[in-house]
Amino acid sequence: MSEAILDIPLDSTKTAINPVEPYLRMDRMPHIWCPGCGIGTTVNCFARALESSGLNLDKVAIVSGIGCTGRVAGYANLDSFHTTHGRAIPFATGLKLSNPELQVVVYSGDGDLFAIGGNHFIHAARRNMDIKVICVNNLTYAMTGGQTGPATPTEVISATSPYGVFEPSFNLVQLAEAAGASYVARWTTYHVKQLSRSMEEVLHKKGFCFIEVLSPCPTLYQRRNKMGDGLDAMKFYKEVSKVRHGAPTSECALTRAGEIVVGKFVDRDRPDYLELLNRQMTATLGDRYATPEVTCSEG
Amino acid sequence: MAKGQVAITVERCKGCGFCVEFCPTHVLALSSAFNSKGYHPPHVVSGEKCSGCDLCGMYCPDFAIFGARHAR
Amino acid sequence: MHADPNGVLTGVHFLDGDHACCEGTLAAGARFAAGYPITPSTEVVERFAWRIPTVGGIFIQMEDELAASIAIQGAVWGGAKAFTVTSGPGFSLMMEHIGYAAITETPCVFVNVQRGGPSTGLPTLPAQADMMQAKWGSHGDYSIIALCPNSPQECFDLTVTGFNLAEEFRVPVMMMLDECVGHMTEKVVIPEAGQIAITPRRFTYKSPAEFRLFEPREDLVPDMVKAGDGYRFHVTGLTHDERGYPSMNVETQDRLVRRMRDKLKPFANGRAVFEAENLDDAEVVVVSYGITSRVAQRATQMARAQGVRAGKFRIISAWPFPEQHIRELAGRVKAFVFPELNLGQMVHEVERCAAGRAKVISVPHAGGSVHKPEVILQAILEAAR
Repeated sequence: MSEAILDIPLDSTKTAINPVEPYLRMDRMPHIWCPGCGIGTTVNCFARALESSGLNLDKVAIVSGIGCTGRVAGYANLDSFHTTHGRAIPFATGLKLSNPELQVVVYSGDGDLFAIGGNHFIHAARRNMDIKVICVNNLTYAMTGGQTGPATPTEVISATSPYGVFEPSFNLVQLAEAAGASYVARWTTYHVKQLSRSMEEVLHKKGFCFIEVLSPCPTLYQRRNKMGDGLDAMKFYKEVSKVRHGAPTSECALTRAGEIVVGKFVDRDRPDYLELLNRQMTATLGDRYATPEVTCSEG
Repeated sequence: MAKGQVAITVERCKGCGFCVEFCPTHVLALSSAFNSKGYHPPHVVSGEKCSGCDLCGMYCPDFAIFGARHAR
Repeated sequence: MHADPNGVLTGVHFLDGDHACCEGTLAAGARFAAGYPITPSTEVVERFAWRIPTVGGIFIQMEDELAASIAIQGAVWGGAKAFTVTSGPGFSLMMEHIGYAAITETPCVFVNVQRGGPSTGLPTLPAQADMMQAKWGSHGDYSIIALCPNSPQECFDLTVTGFNLAEEFRVPVMMMLDECVGHMTEKVVIPEAGQIAITPRRFTYKSPAEFRLFEPREDLVPDMVKAGDGYRFHVTGLTHDERGYPSMNVETQDRLVRRMRDKLKPFANGRAVFEAENLDDAEVVVVSYGITSRVAQRATQMARAQGVRAGKFRIISAWPFPEQHIRELAGRVKAFVFPELNLGQMVHEVERCAAGRAKVISVPHAGGSVHKPEVILQAILEAAR
């Protein structure tokens, strides 16, 4: 990716525009996220990935579910959809299939994508639907007050596990690989350059792509567990993260305080849903097959 | 002369300190002053060391800072 | 504008209601459907899956009804005309996305081939017990349109109407079939494409700079856009202002929710779809819809043969409720008799509109079959006394 570099003269920094601004709805700032929350950092990386992707951004759409990360769609200066809880992926599926020239990004949280929306995630991966899923994993339901989620590690305290979480959590990257994702990576908000590069990479990759980003939640996850503030989480990521590209995802489960394996784990080519559909219909119907023209005309 | 410099939008800052912590050349420190929301924004303490790498800009969750290289 | 001939199977056919409904979606211009199998509705999308590859569109079988009911809305914002099909339990799962379609003003069609409930109930047998759910099932105040065909021919015709109304008013439209109508096979005449009127999507003529996503026109309905055209719009299920941005305060909520209700008023007042017979001299009006209307027809004839001046008012557009007509009738008839395959749902609307000026007699049936005409006749005779 290209570094965001502005050639600015010394005296004009006060009027210079932040290079991410064209990619955001600046009329909606400040955003709702807490001080020290990492979601904004992931959005920052996403804006830079959009910039360096060279894509026509009129043809990039973003779809979010509900929750803190669910608000990302509302801040991206793209065609953007804030849908219902857990259903960003099936909405994105309809959007992509009706208008295949769109690059459709799903941007949502761990609770939204893997608890209420878990079924949609595995099926979209199975179909190799050509959508890019970015999951900001803050290990909790933050918007509703810090309840236990499908990615909350055992032994932490949450609003609904006041005596400690005892149920096992999902290893999101393993789940994604097993379900059939074409691309699987994990970073933390400490790894801004790598994260941005991964985001740019999936914007050019066909098929179901998944990036998990571990992100601080000082207000609702860390506070209850005496884990300090957002900066403490960032320092923790720096300390315990190990980059292991191609690591078996089965070895990448997260724990409360253990090592965080980051890197690109899966990058494979499988025919995506539309390719399979076209192939099957052409094989069985031959000339009778009409390539889908789904959008309706005006008047 | 410094290779680059940072631009800070003080009123957008929520004082998380990411930019201060991860600046490779330690250009920034949190100010003791408050912005209107009550946060301590960063300020430049060693401007001459700024390489304009924009890492502060990438870390910032509030789009309140960025670095840029000077035109040569 | 007229239908795209590609989707129109012009001719005289022998079709069941589900299949006729499918032909209606194709004639109406639907090129995207998402579904999940559920009896007795699946035949609609089975036929769509069979037909659409040669017409030029997509059917996708989703992992559940939640997915199907939101995938169609993604497709609509991508520019498609789209629908999903379900029955009782699936309809319950779709409720959240009926609310989403209402607040985001996403034109789309939900076909519900009603079966007996609650819960799994009677998967293969008819009922009309989802009528209130169609109107009130999702949380919050919102408005929808619901149409009730009583024959395969109407399954075709009204499905086209349903899509057109969805585009005109930007509301989710419910096609409220029942198992009998869905599985009944009759003659269906599909006209030439040039004779089928289609309401095109009203895409905005404004430039991205001047366009506001939820700025209503005079008729209170905003113009549409689709993703990918450079408008960079934002759609949310949160209460939003005219830009489409979340704005959670009393004023915005009031303006939005009232407009969503008021935009349907022209339909409720004057464009209600119904079928009337022998109302001029009627002392008893038999109100009915869907399959029950065909039994009621028989009972009404039997009553006439016995000298009772019975008339018929068949509801076709059930929501918004045709209250003007019922109010007017209530002022000049003795009684309403209302058989339905539930324990009394739409009859409450008639009671509300009659407001004590005419007797209202419910003829309930828990579902699983249809009424015996004699039971309805009995109620008519009682009403006439």
